[in-house]
Amino acid sequence: MSDTPIEEIDIDPVEMRKAQALKREKIGRWLLPLIVVVLSIVAWDRLCVWNDIPHYIIPRPGRVLDSLITDWSLLIGSLGTTLLITFSALAIAIVGGVGLAVLFAQSKWIEMTFFPYAVILQVTPIIVIAPLIFIYVESKFAGLLICAWIVAFFPILSNTTMGLNSADHNLRDMMKLYGASRWQTLRFLRLPSALPFFLGGLKIAGGLSLIGAIVAEFVAGSGGVGSGLAFRILEASYRLNIPRMFAAIILISVTGVLIFMFMTFLSWLFLHKWHESAVKREI
Amino acid sequence: MEEAPLLSIQQIGKTFSNGTVALRGMTMDIEQGSFVSLLGPSGCGKSTVLKIIAGLGNLTTGRVNWPTSNVDNLGRPDCEISFVFQEPTLMQWATVFENVWLPLRLKGISRSNAKERVEEALDMVGLHDFASSYPRELSGGMKMRVSIARALITRPKLLLMDEPFAALDEITRFKLNNDLLGLWEKFNWTVIFVTHSVFESAYLSSRIVVMAARPGRVVEDIDVGAPYPRDDEFRTSTAYNGYCREASNALHSAMDAGDHL
Repeated sequence: MSDTPIEEIDIDPVEMRKAQALKREKIGRWLLPLIVVVLSIVAWDRLCVWNDIPHYIIPRPGRVLDSLITDWSLLIGSLGTTLLITFSALAIAIVGGVGLAVLFAQSKWIEMTFFPYAVILQVTPIIVIAPLIFIYVESKFAGLLICAWIVAFFPILSNTTMGLNSADHNLRDMMKLYGASRWQTLRFLRLPSALPFFLGGLKIAGGLSLIGAIVAEFVAGSGGVGSGLAFRILEASYRLNIPRMFAAIILISVTGVLIFMFMTFLSWLFLHKWHESAVKREI
Repeated sequence: MEEAPLLSIQQIGKTFSNGTVALRGMTMDIEQGSFVSLLGPSGCGKSTVLKIIAGLGNLTTGRVNWPTSNVDNLGRPDCEISFVFQEPTLMQWATVFENVWLPLRLKGISRSNAKERVEEALDMVGLHDFASSYPRELSGGMKMRVSIARALITRPKLLLMDEPFAALDEITRFKLNNDLLGLWEKFNWTVIFVTHSVFESAYLSSRIVVMAARPGRVVEDIDVGAPYPRDDEFRTSTAYNGYCREASNALHSAMDAGDHL
């Protein structure tokens, strides 16, 4: 063998193309949805103009934007109220959902006894229970909270229960072999095993608690200073202030999207080091 | 005077709730410091024996005695037992360090107090540079090493291994076989090693217990007299071939004699 110097190896063209495709995908992930949104807004505007649709039926995007700006102080106050209910309900749903799941995981009997109630609460539409709740509960805030909580807690409960029960059986055996207490098994094995499931449930519950809060506000219906976005929508519809309705709806959607993005980030934060769903694949 | 065995299995039987007879009337003594392989086809109840010894499964009949240990009211001995599963069985969310620390952590030993012993155990399996890695970043062989380090950390008297190397490639398996033998000689453990590989059992053990299926039972007890330390030279020796043949024949006759279900 002659000792010729090792030649500079060119980057494999296949790898090169792969890297470029990856780069394009990265840009496309942001750019494509953005283009769709912009095109939709343009189409919305054009359709209104071409068909002579009056602004009290479908306002043009510009009018909605105007309303968003002029009514900002009104809307932002209502958004604050809605958010307060949303996040309080979500917090109680997390504590209650995880707490109940841990309780269920301690004993099959408790789970068998109480799980049906959780299912009943989940499958009965909140819109039909809400009027009753507002009759029985004096405080409007508490009523709204209960409604939003009922909607949000089930995905957390059901996912966390499943997660707690999905701990590896060999690891459970090992815990038993080393004489782990019930609490230690929960702390070191079952809770960490449940984390990906819990975060999946949280992603759903985040959106649902917003929906629950809005629906409850619709049912509660009463206005006043501390009223939420749903009331603003109702109020605007009575006054045929369609641009403000649109503005409020857009605010709700944007809030929902932000909540979802935050939950996705939270998921990534906790799982990216070890869980398959969040680990970045190389090769 | 002959030393009392570490444990004595007497007429144990296990029938699962679906009616499958996993074990019937199995009796054997495990001597202190021996390396015993349980060799048999799948479904012969070898893993069940291991779980019963570890106190992880209930017996249908018979009993396990621990002549040299104190036994609590659940029948569990006070000597340290460790278990190595067929899969590495690691906590995916925890680092290598935390995985190995776990048995001590369960005893209430803090991270800083456990540090020295965890590092010692990782040294023994050649993984001291990987303490802060996560299991998914390791190869199959390395994960198995972590699993072994975790079993070592409690300084067990009895090490139970359930086909620990079955899923590994041959080169890695040979290496781990040698490492395991080295550790066994150093620490004077008693090892019960479940395997379905004739070659692995002959290479490692001081004794091979051949089992047959349906119902699970002992059909042959082979004393492997070859001296330790054993190395790769032993793998090509006539003596080794003799033991392999003996175990293999026992296995075949057991399978032929078995009822044809």
